[in-house]
Amino acid sequence: MKKEEIPQDDGALNKLTKEVVYAVDKDGNYSSELSTGWEVKSTALNLAWNDIEHRIADAKQKVLNNEASPILYFMELRLMDIGIVAAYTGFWKWTIKQHIKPTAFKKLSDKKLQQYADAFNVSVEELKTMNMHDN
Amino acid sequence: MTTEFKHLQAAHCENGVTTNLLQSAGAEKLTEPLAFGIGSGLFYVQLPFLKINNGPAIAFRTMPGLIFKRTCNALNIPVFRKKFSSKEAGKKYLDECLINGQPVGCQVGVYYLTYFPKEYRFHFNAHNMIVFGKEDGRYLISDPVMETATSLSEYELERVRFAKGAFAPRGQIYYPKEKKIVTDDQMRKAIEKGIKRNVNHMIRIPGSIAGVKGIAGTGKKIKKWKDKLGPQKAGLYLAQLVRMQEEIGTGGGGFRYIYAAFLQQSHDYIPKDELLDISKIFTEAGDKWRNAAVQAAGIYKGRIGSQADYDVMGDYLIEISEIEKKAFQALGKIKWNS
Repeated sequence: MKKEEIPQDDGALNKLTKEVVYAVDKDGNYSSELSTGWEVKSTALNLAWNDIEHRIADAKQKVLNNEASPILYFMELRLMDIGIVAAYTGFWKWTIKQHIKPTAFKKLSDKKLQQYADAFNVSVEELKTMNMHDN
Repeated sequence: MTTEFKHLQAAHCENGVTTNLLQSAGAEKLTEPLAFGIGSGLFYVQLPFLKINNGPAIAFRTMPGLIFKRTCNALNIPVFRKKFSSKEAGKKYLDECLINGQPVGCQVGVYYLTYFPKEYRFHFNAHNMIVFGKEDGRYLISDPVMETATSLSEYELERVRFAKGAFAPRGQIYYPKEKKIVTDDQMRKAIEKGIKRNVNHMIRIPGSIAGVKGIAGTGKKIKKWKDKLGPQKAGLYLAQLVRMQEEIGTGGGGFRYIYAAFLQQSHDYIPKDELLDISKIFTEAGDKWRNAAVQAAGIYKGRIGSQADYDVMGDYLIEISEIEKKAFQALGKIKWNS
């Protein structure tokens, strides 16, 4: 890539910082330069986020339809998979799969609910109702 | 308490931390490209059966931590590295290092990294930063992807150091144990070793998932994505490929340019003209990776999307595989002792 070809588009990272890229000058010598972002990249990131928004909305609908417990919703909201939920809560993956069923969720003890709430960075009340008071 | 420290911005976090810590440990002439090349940082692998963020698991670089480890080994700089079972012990140890004036490399997760934009905060646990001091209860942070140094509260730093999930950092810290004088001769040997190892990793690993064969393998898979996954999911997969390729902290096309820069800088130590010629081949590979990203973007934006467009995309990777194979074969033929 030549210096004059370094993309200087807008992107999410641009709010925070420019990024270092390596490019050649007219004599073919490399040096490090700064880029504000690349539209090809920011579109890929936007697409990933659209997908995430869909997954969150789907999960919420499943909870409202009583097909899943709020754990599914918060797992998607916090961009987690079952492995990450397991790592933060200390529960086995298999156990979490059970707790994603609404009937099993309703029987959870306060202590276990608190473990989930902590993992998702919400209160137990928010966990149960999906009504969030922060962002 | 602050240690004597100068922030350094880099294209990639581990390169940046390695370069910065080792410059102050005696390798004064170390640069980001040299650290990347000596650490044999260039790689490619598509892991089968594994999904990351519901897409393909592709890496354009070597395993986290190895660039630092290999570069220190090659330059004969001893390393201290420690993980912690408790947050308290992790904090206590870090604070002691800072009191002693020792800047410390830290592995962290980015999900709770407050200064990152929300769009970048996934559960990625192999980010690297340097903690170089503490002022008014806040840790002073040199994050190589940032233009300037920043800071985190005690709680914020603890949360990212003890993030959980794959590659959980468990508070891991690392730093060079002592200052050593690194001679030009040591640099020459380190460069040679780094190149030889990278040749092995890119063209001599058996199987079809790693190295240049892995690139072609992904190319062949892409041609089947439209039928196999449907246009929507195939688009997401391509977007994931581009994100893994170009995003901060990974950078596939970007890594090829860093490697090309490494070969140019190596020529200052080892004046063999092949290094400059092969550097140009890596520039070509980097340019092709970028073209491939533009093609992928055409598909995931919905501007194009016929089977022929997927074939073009797949062929880009197959072509890149050939270019990089040629480059590494040429590197493998260099006679270092003549």
